[in-house]
Amino acid sequence: MSEHTKTADDFFDTPLPTTNLPPKEQRSQLLQALLDMDPDISFDDPLENDMVLNMGPSHPATHGVLRILLRLDGETIVSAMPELGYLHRGYEKIAENETYHEFITHTDRLDYLQPLHNNVAYILAVEKLLGIEAPVRAQYIRTMLSELARISSHLVGFGVMAMDVGAMTLLLWCFREREKIHDIFDLVVGARFTTSFTRIGGIAQDITDEGLAAIRAFIDQFPERQQEGERLLNRNRIFFDRCRNTGVISAEDALAIGLTGPNLRGSGVAMDLRRDNPYMIYDQLDFDVITETEGDSLARYYVRLAEMKESVKIIYQCLDKLPQGAVHAREPKKVLPRKERIYTRMEELIHDFMIVNFGVNPPEGEVYHAVESAKGQLGFHIVSRGEGHPWRLKIRSPSFCNLQALPQMLKGHLLSDILAVLGSLDPVMGEADK
Amino acid sequence: MGLESALGEGYLTTKLDALVGWARKNSLWPMPMGLSCCAIELMSAGDPRHDISRYGMEVMRFSPRQSDVMIVAGTVTYKMAHVVRKIYDQMAEPRWVIAMGACASSGGMFRSYSVVQGIDQFLPVDVFTAGCPPRPENLFNALIELQKKVEKSSVLDYRDRKEPIIIS
Repeated sequence: MSEHTKTADDFFDTPLPTTNLPPKEQRSQLLQALLDMDPDISFDDPLENDMVLNMGPSHPATHGVLRILLRLDGETIVSAMPELGYLHRGYEKIAENETYHEFITHTDRLDYLQPLHNNVAYILAVEKLLGIEAPVRAQYIRTMLSELARISSHLVGFGVMAMDVGAMTLLLWCFREREKIHDIFDLVVGARFTTSFTRIGGIAQDITDEGLAAIRAFIDQFPERQQEGERLLNRNRIFFDRCRNTGVISAEDALAIGLTGPNLRGSGVAMDLRRDNPYMIYDQLDFDVITETEGDSLARYYVRLAEMKESVKIIYQCLDKLPQGAVHAREPKKVLPRKERIYTRMEELIHDFMIVNFGVNPPEGEVYHAVESAKGQLGFHIVSRGEGHPWRLKIRSPSFCNLQALPQMLKGHLLSDILAVLGSLDPVMGEADK
Repeated sequence: MGLESALGEGYLTTKLDALVGWARKNSLWPMPMGLSCCAIELMSAGDPRHDISRYGMEVMRFSPRQSDVMIVAGTVTYKMAHVVRKIYDQMAEPRWVIAMGACASSGGMFRSYSVVQGIDQFLPVDVFTAGCPPRPENLFNALIELQKKVEKSSVLDYRDRKEPIIIS
């Protein structure tokens, strides 16, 4: 370097000019402090080698509108922070302005991979608040259909996970099976996707023999179709390499974070509300709680696969045991009357008018009821002040809690592992953002 | 045609608009802006039963720069609206927008503090689709309607186009 070139260091190393300064004893405190200061200024990069990368909210593999802020060192994730709220629709506030019946349609759009399960979860909470119970036949039908909904949710869950790690075929096969379930819903419920099937004290309409035959035909062929799909992945080296030992979470951590559902059972905790706190008719059914011990993405995938087999088992039992009888509780002031009776009978017309316009008016109090949905513990906490609409409705959504594990699961992994981990967590943003 | 017979074998006279419109309508690449429930039905539209590729529209591009038509499928919240608009701005002209479902068209059942009451408040929408969510068949109807619109449009329609941007 020649003498004439001056670098930035030369300027900063130059001390303050000392000429024209007052003598030391006359200097102000501030001036003395400035003179005593170390003139070296360091320009450390606060991120050093790290890079901040923004993934989402519009990204093909974030399962909706999840945004993840990543701090990367090369390709390794130093830290990850999910940002939610891109699909916040204000359900809990909407619920405060609607009658208990009106809100059933909103529960469809919570976890839109399994609308029927949300209907059931919500209506069970309302029935608990009202202190009524649906007839046994209605409970059997609810159980059967919510297990079908569980299968359809898991089909998307592991189909999309497979697509994210590169196995596109499986997604198409899963959707082929899902279409069959949609056909059943079309037949039994009247809508293929957003079902809104449950009513307070019962279900919208009784199931026909044709519907039962369709369900039986589906579950007769489903295990074989599932095995077909499994064969694609279970011996697939690429799939295994990407999913094994990624997103590992221990049982203690999973419990501390509040994971539920297949994600918790993948870490070896046998917690399933269907068995631990039976609702509807689950205590009369024979099924296993599936657990895996590894706690990685692959374990969660295996849990989902096995749970679909258990669901098929449950549906078979429901079909065999399905009793005859009414599907509506005999509570004329709480349960919507049948349409054909409204037009011909005075009592029914009055009750229909009162329920539709003023609601069912449950007693004052609060309840919490949770069910084991395909994603985990889905709970509704309702506070009533005796009016036709809830005073407060809190939704405990499993996807929201499951996403809290993401920073811990992603730490130290490669950027491309996000897809396998996120796919195995199977969050649904409609539910997480509420 | 007199001109064609004068030119001989291998020549065809047509209007530029007709030719470009025909080419454009059969090669629309969608950008699936999947936001919520409608996104699942959008995926169903691509499944083996419904098979969106019958309409030449199966090439789903997740990059806005490679796509022609944005299918906004789902509830657009105020937080997401900026993202949707930004992605629309990144698409190359000519571009079209389908509002899939009640939420994207009008806010749907969510009359709430956080939901945009229809994406036409910040995007020029070509086709609105009814349903909550629309069945895949209904989405195909929207795609066919869009194809008709594209076919009828002139080449010069998209030159110097000033889009109305309405900010509510």
